[in-house]
Amino acid sequence: MSDYSLKRREVVHRILENRGDAAVITGIGNASHDVASAGDNSLNMYLFGVMGGAVMTAFGVAIAQPNRRVLVITGDGELLAGIGSLATVGVERPDNLSIIVIDNQAYGATGGQLTHTAAGVDLVGIAKASGIKRSELLQSWEDVERCVGEIYGGEGPFFGVVKVSSAQEPRVNVPNDGTLTARRFRGAISLSEPA
Amino acid sequence: MVDKDWHWAHEVHRHFREIGISQAAYVPDGGLADLIKLCNADEHIRSVVLTTEEEGVAQIAGAWLGGKRGVFLTQSGGVGNCINMFSMIAECRIPFFSMVSMRGQWGETIPWQVPMGQATAAALEAAGVIVETAWDPREVPEMVEACTKLAFDAGRAVAVVISQRITGTGDRG
Repeated sequence: MSDYSLKRREVVHRILENRGDAAVITGIGNASHDVASAGDNSLNMYLFGVMGGAVMTAFGVAIAQPNRRVLVITGDGELLAGIGSLATVGVERPDNLSIIVIDNQAYGATGGQLTHTAAGVDLVGIAKASGIKRSELLQSWEDVERCVGEIYGGEGPFFGVVKVSSAQEPRVNVPNDGTLTARRFRGAISLSEPA
Repeated sequence: MVDKDWHWAHEVHRHFREIGISQAAYVPDGGLADLIKLCNADEHIRSVVLTTEEEGVAQIAGAWLGGKRGVFLTQSGGVGNCINMFSMIAECRIPFFSMVSMRGQWGETIPWQVPMGQATAAALEAAGVIVETAWDPREVPEMVEACTKLAFDAGRAVAVVISQRITGTGDRG
């Protein structure tokens, strides 16, 4: 297994710089910390415990709000737990859904045990074969800059796997009162519904 | 007199339209086939086939987060696949309406269907979902209407279970 030079938090912060009024659903684990560390936002919905649920939660939001960009920011382990979701997204192809996988090839939140991506399982290949045409592997800062535009536009869903360093980043306080964050999110969505 | 062409699914679908259901997430099942067909044919309902049932729990949670109403349709066997995902419904207090068609129950002939079938209502209740079971097709529309109020107005997670006495699917694999 090889390590990568991109730092997960820098990548997530860069992507979120351009978010505008995009909604962001985070997968359980470190991805939530990456997103929260860029600053809390009413249009963030942080998931806990429901491993494998991030893509489909965002999918439900995306088809409910077709004029709003909806991002999933999750990890490789979380995505693998709901890998069938890629097939569902590949069939339904919502234009406004972008899935970003921060791939450190490990279950970072539970001690760094290796995920299948460390052994070569190709998430981009799975996404492409599932019908998500815009599926990209990001391994350099140039790749990240090139894909920021793709994440917030284009036709059909976007799927990007960012290979990042396995180095752990500091934990932050991620809002974990789901009753509160869910209502805050829903309220922010309906108050600012794009035309 | 009950019209022999009458099927509970038509009234349930009409009710879905009346209360503004815009998403239906399902893994196909014979017991819900008529309702699924009606949802598929309805341009106001985005009907989504899932690879596994827990995807639907997450999707319907997302529908509500996005300001819309969805329904989740599953066979009893699929309920077991959803248990952990129900954490989001419970912890976030997301209004959730589902319909579950039974296997492993009335007149079942396939032994493998029985363990999950017999555990279905208990598993739903353990996960915080209110369960109402219909044994007669004529009671389904009223039960659905009452349970969608409980779900969307009172903000609860509710399952209407369609018994195998209604679906008569005991001899299918």
